[in-house]
Amino acid sequence: MTSAAAVAQAPGEPFLTLSGIRKSYPGVVALQGFSMSIAPGEVIGLVGENGAGKSTLMKILGGVVAPDSGTITIDGVEETSLTVSASFRAGIAFVHQELNLFDNLDVAANIFIGREPRRGGFLQLVDTERQRQMALPYLQRLGANFGPSTPLSSLSLAQRQMVEIAKALSTNARLVILDEPTSSLPVSETDKLLEVIAALKAEGISVIFISHRLHEIEQAADRVVVLRDGKLVGTLEKAEITHDRMVKLMIGRDIKVQTGTAARPPGETALKVVGVRTATYPGKSVHLSLRNGEIVGMAGLVGAGRTELARAIFGIDPIYGGHFELNGQAFAPQSSSVAVERGVFLVPEDRKGAGLLLDLPISENIALPDLSAHTSNLIVSRASETKVAETQQRNLGIKAPKITTRAANLSGGNQQKVVLGKWLAMKPKVMIFDEPTRGIDVGAKAEIYKLMRALADEGVAIMMISSDMEEVIGVSDRIAVMHEGRISGELERAQFSEENILLLAIGKQLGEGKPA
Amino acid sequence: MTKKDLGLLILIIVVGAIVASVNPRFLRIENLANTANTIGMFGISALGQSVVILTAGIELSVGSVIALTGVLFVDLISNHGVPWPIALAIVLVLGGVIGLFHGLLITRLKMQPFIVTLCGLLFYRGIARFYTGDSTAGFGFGQSFPELEFIAAGRSFGVPNTFIAMVIIAVIMWVVLHRSIYGRYLYAVGKNEEAARYSGIKTGLIIVSAYVLCQLLTVVSSVYFAMYTRSIAPSAHGNFYELYAIAAAVLGGFSLRGGEGSIVGVILGVVLLQELQNLVIFLNIPSSLNYAIMGGVILLGVLADQQFNAYRNRRRIVEAARAPATGDKPEGTR
Repeated sequence: MTSAAAVAQAPGEPFLTLSGIRKSYPGVVALQGFSMSIAPGEVIGLVGENGAGKSTLMKILGGVVAPDSGTITIDGVEETSLTVSASFRAGIAFVHQELNLFDNLDVAANIFIGREPRRGGFLQLVDTERQRQMALPYLQRLGANFGPSTPLSSLSLAQRQMVEIAKALSTNARLVILDEPTSSLPVSETDKLLEVIAALKAEGISVIFISHRLHEIEQAADRVVVLRDGKLVGTLEKAEITHDRMVKLMIGRDIKVQTGTAARPPGETALKVVGVRTATYPGKSVHLSLRNGEIVGMAGLVGAGRTELARAIFGIDPIYGGHFELNGQAFAPQSSSVAVERGVFLVPEDRKGAGLLLDLPISENIALPDLSAHTSNLIVSRASETKVAETQQRNLGIKAPKITTRAANLSGGNQQKVVLGKWLAMKPKVMIFDEPTRGIDVGAKAEIYKLMRALADEGVAIMMISSDMEEVIGVSDRIAVMHEGRISGELERAQFSEENILLLAIGKQLGEGKPA
Repeated sequence: MTKKDLGLLILIIVVGAIVASVNPRFLRIENLANTANTIGMFGISALGQSVVILTAGIELSVGSVIALTGVLFVDLISNHGVPWPIALAIVLVLGGVIGLFHGLLITRLKMQPFIVTLCGLLFYRGIARFYTGDSTAGFGFGQSFPELEFIAAGRSFGVPNTFIAMVIIAVIMWVVLHRSIYGRYLYAVGKNEEAARYSGIKTGLIIVSAYVLCQLLTVVSSVYFAMYTRSIAPSAHGNFYELYAIAAAVLGGFSLRGGEGSIVGVILGVVLLQELQNLVIFLNIPSSLNYAIMGGVILLGVLADQQFNAYRNRRRIVEAARAPATGDKPEGTR
């Protein structure tokens, strides 16, 4: 390992070299002194925590932002920045996390959108036949099991990703950048994607593979580049790539989120999920118990059905079998109002869309679910709203100039506290947190953890859905892991480890060896 | 032809058969020709509207533009002695400019299509009434324009020329929408404008062109409407026509969210709407119920279509949920 040396040197003759790249935004240095080079046919794993500078680096390579200083050398030609078209001409192609595809068109049309083969002269008709023929070899190279005339709407996520990669190949890409390509894929499809990466490599096409799933990086990458706080903190060669080394470099220390353990052993069962089936996985059923004073972490891959379960408990989605019990009594949340009445609250994943009314002030957001308590003779009392909101602001430490500040103007962490505040102003019995700290900075994260722990100590039953391993392991008293719509296993504190969670998350049993 | 189009066609035939069995006069040549004529005129304006809807927009000023360009066209040829081809060119240019204006407000100044065209609806209606001093525009006694009247109100082999014109325009539009690069871009922009922009498509240009195309077709239909009624009361002429066009497109499978719909669908939508108009007469239903029937049928049609899909989806889930589940094992319970 060239430890903290500031250059990630390619083994072969590099065709693209970044050197001394620096980029700052008002108040934050996104990248500094970053250098790396890429050789043909090389697969580079790029890892780093959120905010480490990965996306800034991608934007620079894509020509969307210009670095403040440093140089970019392509085929020996040195530039201080790229434009979008220069990046395209250099053969750099992106496959984005959010796919840029059209589900009302077929595969071939998606691959050649904006560059259609034409016929009919002046009429500018799309030469559909030729377009399909042109698309075919790219699909074959990737080993696709669908044809160019397949409607995009009938493809799975992984297949759509393959369309995106075929689109990248069709531009004669020399470097394909995959931005979190597996974050929404089930494991079986992920393997397929790793094969595709190998196929690209065999053709001499370079790949930058960005992923939070370190085991995939371990499998696919020839070299791993680790970013932390905008700096290159290390480069691992093939033989040195191990999960633990990557993690250590990424966070600069060993994993430890500690929020303290529960004040006392868990109490009675608060919410019982008995054989519940959701629309996404009608063939699977979920059994789970949440106990008073306990934080249950819900781990699993994206798409495992955790959010669907949370939505069903909160009465947003109907269930297709099974039932719920709350404190030993029947609990049938036909709508979210039933759940709220019974003290079952959800802090949703989509904070800005579902958690808050961004354009309304803090006070109105907090008062919203309990508006009748602030109402007399059909008139909402602003004084009462403000009073309750200010109490929450004090208790939760919401940092805002005024209680009438619009929610949109708060930082992510403070927004999340407002969402919390609207529920804490009522009497929670069961709280469900769906990805509670996504996009929130480290300091605010710690505060949210502390609040969750305090709630549990007051006897609230807590379910925390999280894809952040560190968080699940550090915060939970017990971990339930979901795999394709069912609970594949539960872990007690003594069994907590990333390896165990991953095993269960991909549907294997504990003790079945290393995850694939 | 998609399943949806086929369903619509069957509905048209069934309704037609019922009306014909109650009142055989429905099938008389004269009635069919008259209906074909109105289908032709409304069809042309609906084709224009559907292009805008395809881009996830809406054009509400159509009826008012039909009134404005109608009175202008009639006034130019009957009172100012302008040869009709030149008058036609003038109103076409005016329509194009209106479309351009709307398109630029929407793409450059980021205004919402609904608002821009709603203001247009009020504005052009007012201008039309002002232009004629709120009096009816028409032709003088004995004035006649043989070629124009043949093209606009005549028949070839018994088929109204308006209908023939609509078929020709529809065929061209079919090629443009379903086979050309431009059509491909319309669908792409309507479905996912952001992704279209990232694919190197000039999304602004595509959207502006949709509004221009819509207004050009509106003007063509406007001339037909003018020659059909021959006298134009600027306060009422063309009222609600934008809504007929939108209704036809929606019936024909267009989504107001954009990116979905076909030419065959919108034409079938127009045919069904005109059939309903006709049905009111032949079934002796009070003509005051005209709108109520149209509204009811559109609501039921769209509802049935969506509920059918939702029902199939729900059934699939319930079927799957009936099977014994994996996950029913003790380690998950407590």
